[in-house]
Amino acid sequence: MRMNEIVPVVEMTDIAIGFPGVKALDGVDFRLFQGEVHALMGENGAGKSTLIKALTGVYAIDSGTITVLGEPKRFSTPGESQAAGISTVYQEVNLCPNLTVEENVLLGREPRRRGSIDWKGVRTRTREVLAELQLDHIDPGSLLSTHSIAVQQLIAIARSVEINAKVLILDEPTSSLDADEVRQLFRVIRDLRNRRVAILFVSHFLEQVYEISDRMTVLRNGKLVGEYLTRDLSRMSLISKMIGKDMEALAELDQAPARTRASNGAGVTPFIEAKGLGRKGSVSNVDLSIYPGEVVGLAGLLGAGRTEIARLFFGADKADEGSIKIKGAGQRIRSPRTAIDKHIGFCSEDRKEEGLIGELTVRDNLVLVMQASKGWARRIPRRVQDELVAEYIEALDIRPANPDALIKNLSGGNQQKVLLARWLVTHPELLILDEPTRGIDIGAKTQIQKLVNKLAADGMSILFISSELEEVLRVSDRVAVIKDRALVAEINNDDVSVEDVMTVIAGGAQ
Amino acid sequence: MSPLSTLTPLTVKKSSPARNRLRGGARYAPTLATVGLFIAMFAVGAGMYPSFLSGQVFLNLFIDNTFLIVLAVGMTFVILTGGIDLSVGAVVALSMMVSATLLQQGWNPGAVIVLVLLIGGGLGLLMGLVIQYFDIQPFIVTLAGMFLARGLCYVISLDSIPVTEGFFTGMAQAQIPLPGDLFVSPGVLLALGIVTVAFFVLHHTRFGRTVYAIGGNEHSAMLMGLPVKATKILVYALSGLCSAIAGILFSFYSLSGYSLAAQGMELDAIAAVVIGGTLLTGGTGYVLGSVVGVLVLGIVQTFIAYDGTLSSWWTKIVIGGLLLVFILLQRLFARKAG
Repeated sequence: MRMNEIVPVVEMTDIAIGFPGVKALDGVDFRLFQGEVHALMGENGAGKSTLIKALTGVYAIDSGTITVLGEPKRFSTPGESQAAGISTVYQEVNLCPNLTVEENVLLGREPRRRGSIDWKGVRTRTREVLAELQLDHIDPGSLLSTHSIAVQQLIAIARSVEINAKVLILDEPTSSLDADEVRQLFRVIRDLRNRRVAILFVSHFLEQVYEISDRMTVLRNGKLVGEYLTRDLSRMSLISKMIGKDMEALAELDQAPARTRASNGAGVTPFIEAKGLGRKGSVSNVDLSIYPGEVVGLAGLLGAGRTEIARLFFGADKADEGSIKIKGAGQRIRSPRTAIDKHIGFCSEDRKEEGLIGELTVRDNLVLVMQASKGWARRIPRRVQDELVAEYIEALDIRPANPDALIKNLSGGNQQKVLLARWLVTHPELLILDEPTRGIDIGAKTQIQKLVNKLAADGMSILFISSELEEVLRVSDRVAVIKDRALVAEINNDDVSVEDVMTVIAGGAQ
Repeated sequence: MSPLSTLTPLTVKKSSPARNRLRGGARYAPTLATVGLFIAMFAVGAGMYPSFLSGQVFLNLFIDNTFLIVLAVGMTFVILTGGIDLSVGAVVALSMMVSATLLQQGWNPGAVIVLVLLIGGGLGLLMGLVIQYFDIQPFIVTLAGMFLARGLCYVISLDSIPVTEGFFTGMAQAQIPLPGDLFVSPGVLLALGIVTVAFFVLHHTRFGRTVYAIGGNEHSAMLMGLPVKATKILVYALSGLCSAIAGILFSFYSLSGYSLAAQGMELDAIAAVVIGGTLLTGGTGYVLGSVVGVLVLGIVQTFIAYDGTLSSWWTKIVIGGLLLVFILLQRLFARKAG
């Protein structure tokens, strides 16, 4: 057993970190033992990154204690954390691309002779470390930027081996690696575990977590849910712990009303048809069609790749594989602009950052896309603006019903309605809604769900993304299940329960 | 657990040794291009004017530009971290004004030099502190520093102040003979000494490598536990110190102090560094390249002096053109390497 060490390498007790307006971590306990791979689990925003940054000295903790090998520590810089034997490999490999492999391995710790860096010693030491990890095929004198991300990550691990790290933190190390590269990484991880290094592993990929980890700690909304042995925790119970609903409650949830809309019968051309769509480091191999008048729901954990798919459809990210057909004709969606020209609308997940312009009025925000697609030279006359705005304020029940109110002063739900209205005035044929009901009150939520149904009934295609499975099931005709950055299943929404979808998400290796 | 010995080597994509060498070579390419350009210009000069091809013409490039070489050294450090220092020209002028005034009042030249170095280094340190702790762009902070230093010059005097003190005039006239009837000034030796020290610091000390690391990726450098803050502050202090030294060298050269001296010299220094192959985005470049950059600027001036019919403003036009060409070249190399 790995866990019968009495003193954990790292013990964090009652950790709290707050940012203005948010409690990022609230009374979280965490333990890490020698020779284990410990997975830190939770949805986006659960506090995983914050916890890691507390441990690596990037963020200072507001309260709580951190002990390393029984000694209380307070880290205020990454240097201090490293000196205590904690080393981190971040998702976006944090090395210097302009320097050589050997420099990156030894930067700040180069062997010196009388104040001058002993470059021969640097070379020898790097070769030793790389050989230890069986990476001797990497030329220590080559520039870091000439290597793939996977190799760069291994070099970052070599750096922590050189530091003789007792704790190695791997933050989403596999998100841009292919299957082969992941296997290689895992072999190195297992080797380090056998050498009694404590490894903290963070990943959105459930299968990888189950493959590599011995124990896991689950966080939700900045709070600790619990610490479990991986082999004792089924995928199903892990997911319910991550999203915070227990099995019984999930099973009891009301079923989506059966929806009957003839849509994708034979002979009908889908509005949009994606084949093998993907982007390196984002999602891969997405086959998805949406028919006119159909609502397709994307279900999956936060971070599984839902927003990424939406962004590919809208051209906000450029796909580098696969094809898209619109109304049966092959198209390239190079930018949001082309997408808008093809009558695609996208209400982004983050209203504040990627949607509304807080300093402008309801009117300005509402006509923004319409004006943009007409070109700035052809200003929409004030009279037309007024009519449109009045129409949508009434139709969507936007409150206050004042076109000149600054959007930042509206409630979340009403902001969301304005964002929706912005796209509706352009009469899109496909509307992508990414978390349209997040953070808004129940009344507005129901209104938006009803609106989605009505729009589909009028013939619009809708891609509906939400973390709330119940909601996805309530509004969608078809549910596409996303897991580990790929589309794993498509379910026709007749008599599907939340539990069914969960089973698919939790389902074993595909 | 699968033992590590079963690990099949991960295929290192796109990095066969031969290609690595090629890519590694691409790092030196902009600097080598500058060296090539310099040799070509010298050859063309020699072809057009027989007297051009002399050792002394070559040495005069150093003698006439000692101050610019020293400025470019400091600027190289700053630009390597991804920063910029616009104050150097004004600090040169301030150093000249302070020394001329104090020498006129009968100060000991040694004390004057120490004080000037303290002022220059101190100003640089101050700007570095502001840049680091208030997290303000170096451009704007050093612009403020430039106005401050230039303004102080005017406060000291609006008129040109001659330097008649013995040590300074001695340095101005001193010639160190070299074999073959050639000579250099003591300033050249000092400047080359500074270049040598800078080269050693940049390539053989942790401080120097941290400078490169910051330019490569400041956030990474911080996460790797390198002393990013201290290094960034020190780099501006170094540049200030180099400006002060350049100011003293310029005093040796011009034997006066004048508020309007060295106007735009910061831009000459930046141009020399960039032409010498240092990327403005930081992380790549060599101090020796910057020296060659200064020599290229010098040879353009020499050309125009030899021609005799062209206005000296042509220097600026040629330098502008060269700068553009070199930035485009760098972009090209960067694309290939990326």
